[in-house]
Amino acid sequence: MTTATTPSLREESGNAFTLSHLDALEAESVHIFREVAGEFERPVILFSGGKDSIVMLHLALKAFWPAPVPFSLLHVDTGHNFPEVIDYRDRTVARHSLRLHVAHVQDFIDDGRLRERPDGTRNPLQTVPLLDAIETGKFDAVFGGGRRDEEKARAKERVFSLRDEFGAWDPRRQRPELWSLYNGKHAVGEHVRVFPLSNWTELDVWQYIERENIELPQIYYAHERDVFARDGMWLTAGDWGGPKDTETVQRRTIRYRTVGDMSCTGAVDSHAATIADVITEIAASRLTERGATRADDKMSEAAMEDRKREGYF
Amino acid sequence: MSTTTETTSLLRFATAGSVDDGKSTLVGRLLHDSKSVLSDQLEAVEHASRKRGQDVPDLALLTDGLRAEREQGITIDVAYRYFATPNRRFILADTPGHVQYTRNMVTGASTAELAVVLVDARNGVVEQTRRHAAVAALLRVPHVVLAVNKMDLVDYAEPVFATIAAEFTAYATSLGLADITTIPISALAGDNVVEPSAHMDWYGGPTLLEHLETVQVAGASGDEPARFPVQYVIRPQTGEHRDYRGYAGQLASGVLRTGDTVTVQPSGRTTTVAGIDVLGTDTGIAFAPQSITVRLTDDIDISRGDLIAAGTTPLPTKDVEATVCHLHERPLRAGDKVLLKHTTRTVRAIVKEISYRIDIDTLEQRTSAQELNVNDIGHAILRTAEPLALDDYTDNRRTGSFLLIDPADGTTLTAGMAGGTLGTAVAANPEANEANEEDWV
Repeated sequence: MTTATTPSLREESGNAFTLSHLDALEAESVHIFREVAGEFERPVILFSGGKDSIVMLHLALKAFWPAPVPFSLLHVDTGHNFPEVIDYRDRTVARHSLRLHVAHVQDFIDDGRLRERPDGTRNPLQTVPLLDAIETGKFDAVFGGGRRDEEKARAKERVFSLRDEFGAWDPRRQRPELWSLYNGKHAVGEHVRVFPLSNWTELDVWQYIERENIELPQIYYAHERDVFARDGMWLTAGDWGGPKDTETVQRRTIRYRTVGDMSCTGAVDSHAATIADVITEIAASRLTERGATRADDKMSEAAMEDRKREGYF
Repeated sequence: MSTTTETTSLLRFATAGSVDDGKSTLVGRLLHDSKSVLSDQLEAVEHASRKRGQDVPDLALLTDGLRAEREQGITIDVAYRYFATPNRRFILADTPGHVQYTRNMVTGASTAELAVVLVDARNGVVEQTRRHAAVAALLRVPHVVLAVNKMDLVDYAEPVFATIAAEFTAYATSLGLADITTIPISALAGDNVVEPSAHMDWYGGPTLLEHLETVQVAGASGDEPARFPVQYVIRPQTGEHRDYRGYAGQLASGVLRTGDTVTVQPSGRTTTVAGIDVLGTDTGIAFAPQSITVRLTDDIDISRGDLIAAGTTPLPTKDVEATVCHLHERPLRAGDKVLLKHTTRTVRAIVKEISYRIDIDTLEQRTSAQELNVNDIGHAILRTAEPLALDDYTDNRRTGSFLLIDPADGTTLTAGMAGGTLGTAVAANPEANEANEEDWV
């Protein structure tokens, strides 16, 4: 693998070796990927083309080198994706000869299983196609890029998180998780959500992207774009239903801190054009990435917990 | 916050204490004063505090993430929090003081390299303090900090601190805890948490954060025997790596080098390390806790669950004696058939005997018991269907620990720490046992 870096071997006093925090986090995540490969029949990686899922895939590629990644990818396509991200997704799949499953929210709207929301947001609509794809694909382990630093309901999520036959998460019946012993036992019809980046922060993810020189979709870096303001965020104009008559479009230099459904993912004003610029910007930011860019998490104190209970990732 | 990654190390630590001791305030202050709480999080907490009729932002709401926790005003589950200083990244396991106390603290302590035990300066060392120290000792947490909180309420008086510190240090030492640090603080006023106190000239030690930043994180040492549980066999079988065969896993302890002689358990076969790939690069050397792929000179049958070991090697045994902490509402009884997960190997096992229950407040009083209930700590003897290469937990937290799992529904029942005489293999081969003991010293 060409991007591999040798961890800095630091032999300290007393003949002891220690790892940098990025090496320690990487080692832990790789351990998690390999546990799943060893214990499950049909694992799948949720791959949105967002930075966390890109880092997940990068770690999986390293974990099984020189063999190919023994998992396929699953993308829930809201129909409101950024074209740059879909393009990135398809190039990545081709480059690593991966198998990609796509679940389309639009299909579910077309045949009446889902109904478009009045606000046009399709983020909450992803849960049904996701669970359907998991059931149809008979996936028993589903890797998600969720991090515990993102949101307070996620702070209590396990690395191996059991979901019942309805895909539901019950936070009060979680299995205690000790040492690095992950319990992946599940009944037929149940599946386990696995979060290899549980202990990473947004800054760790970016530092790792820098160290490993990982390519990201260009929308993560500062660029000019036609946007309009809604709920204190910059949204991209598009055929998903924005802007409304009262909202005016303007051209600004922005970047995205997260990548999701265009209808609820906001951009921030930014001139950070390189990875190093982004790291500097994040280190100085006074807002979390979800607080700055996700309308769906602003709905209520328990918005994320409620979505997770229903099977959201 | 630093943007360079070269010199940043990682410290996992746990906090223990009840709400009354000011633990949430302390955690809130660590996060707040190290600038890890961002303004939208603080706004959300202020908003929620106002809704509850509180004037001051309740920093406990930063960590109480679940609806039930906020509704009941209690912390139910271990919460993991993340913050950083220029020198170190921290993972904090914040364990609640009341509900399911033992289960939560055992969980938090299992991965911690340091435990912060909090006491109220007005109350000193109480029963719960002794319990916190005992759990840290049982789980072999290498470093313990006693934070004597609310010093502002005892006029920052040195004798108050000195008495509590001496009593705690004596008790913790008797439990076998080696590295004990005591710090007088006021989480509410901010004394000695992040900033040095202006009220306690008599204290010359570090603030809590300074201590967390500088405490020596135990690295892997070449003196420890190498332990490598095999997770997965990598065999591409195609392309340029057609003949590649590597054993993937995370080094649980020690250092492994190309050329090392290793023993594979449970087969007992001996071979040599031909190469070590660290995620795609042949480095020739690796140390715990790196995730690596090991190539061997001999083509011997090795699969997931096997242990590759250098130096002294644990003898495979089917008889497991252990200190256990029961985690589930369903009691654990003699005769129960369970699954035992040890490193990367899961085997069937039967609970032969529940020997006794240990009083967690003293770690001494043993009462005979027929069963262990949730949050009980006790001693159990198990018999496994297949042999396990277990280390003593006191020697190796990773290869000495295991879980008991309900085979019917997959529930995690019990956490185990192997200890005592390691069963029949040892008894049948006393000489090997002696040799082992010498090498452990």
